[in-house]
Amino acid sequence: MEHRSKETLNALVFFALLLLFVFQFALGPDRERLAAALPGLLWLGFVLAGLLGLGRTFVLERENDCWDALLLAPGDKSAIYVGKLAVNVLLMLVVEVLLLVLFTFFFNVDLVGPLPALALVLALGTLGLAAVGTLFAAMTAQVRARELLFPVLLLPVQVPVLLATVKATEAVLLGEPLSAVAHWLKLLAAADVVYVAAGVLTFDFLLES
Amino acid sequence: MTRALGWLAVVGLVAGLVMGFAVAPREVTQGNVQRIMYVHVPSVWVAYVAFAVVFVASIVYLARRAEGADHVAHASAELGVLFTGLTIATGSIWGKPTWGAWWTWDARLTSVAVLFVMYLGYLLLRGMIDEPERAARYAAVLGVVAALNIPLVHFSVYWWRTLHQPPSLMKPGGSSMPRVIVWALLVNFAAFALVYLYFLARRVRLLRLEAEAAA
Repeated sequence: MEHRSKETLNALVFFALLLLFVFQFALGPDRERLAAALPGLLWLGFVLAGLLGLGRTFVLERENDCWDALLLAPGDKSAIYVGKLAVNVLLMLVVEVLLLVLFTFFFNVDLVGPLPALALVLALGTLGLAAVGTLFAAMTAQVRARELLFPVLLLPVQVPVLLATVKATEAVLLGEPLSAVAHWLKLLAAADVVYVAAGVLTFDFLLES
Repeated sequence: MTRALGWLAVVGLVAGLVMGFAVAPREVTQGNVQRIMYVHVPSVWVAYVAFAVVFVASIVYLARRAEGADHVAHASAELGVLFTGLTIATGSIWGKPTWGAWWTWDARLTSVAVLFVMYLGYLLLRGMIDEPERAARYAAVLGVVAALNIPLVHFSVYWWRTLHQPPSLMKPGGSSMPRVIVWALLVNFAAFALVYLYFLARRVRLLRLEAEAAA
């Protein structure tokens, strides 16, 4: 299991690196254009990596015929959700940190100065993304065309998180204080609470036999 | 009963047309184009009602496992998507002569568009699961999550488009519309609500018959 997680992580990091290439090709060498697009690009990278990574949350259970074991697991199924969510948040954060390092390196942007503020935005946004992603991964694990359905379900629901994180990141990178984006942070926190609560409360229903 | 509801809806629609075309005055600046509002605004109201029904029916299904609740949620989601689509289409027809564009990324357009794709996803999920019981269960979970997401979408899109601090109310500014326009809107809303109820009843019945035939 550990081995497989590492495999996913490696592939995701490589994928993130490839994304950087694509961004560079799409935008060209213009520095100002890049700086203006940076918050959106960062989150585009996180979300695309998230769609790939989160979608694989239950891939082990499915491939090894362990789905029934999940269904039969005694006690509160929400514990499974919380566990999977924790792993996903961790995985996403690792990928995001690496992507940030790559951005700093390849695009010569200063992400160190606004790092503390950025870390808060990152943590809040990642929790929201992973909370819904984990729930929907369980939902689509046993469905036809899951790799298609998963992003189609997740992206519209994530609109508030995406808008909030991109706007907050934009402000933070411009050196504005966190108080200037307090309403976005509150929205993210509210979204996190709603999504995690919904996940914990409804996960049981997805794992009935 | 359903048939009576259907005829009532027809009467309501005729009354709505009369109100919209004959009773309501021609708007001074926009001209007759403004009359599309009597279709546009009631559509979006009914769409919100439809999604609220999906939410409630989904919770009822998860709590009681009543197949009927699932059928209501399914039918209401379809109608919600239909009325959201109607809202977007009529809005575009109005927007082209008024704003000069079919579409702008205005806050309210965007949030309605997000609703549209969110519930299209809901219908897609339903269509992709073959076992009816599991489709009902999964769709109910999604129906709850999607509904909880509506306020978040609303506020995020609103703040995204208006750079200022948010207003304390959902909508700024009180109503300054002439009484007759308000009445025309309300009559059309009632008519559209009747159409919704009629379609809902028919669609729920069809879903029940399909389920019985499959069983």
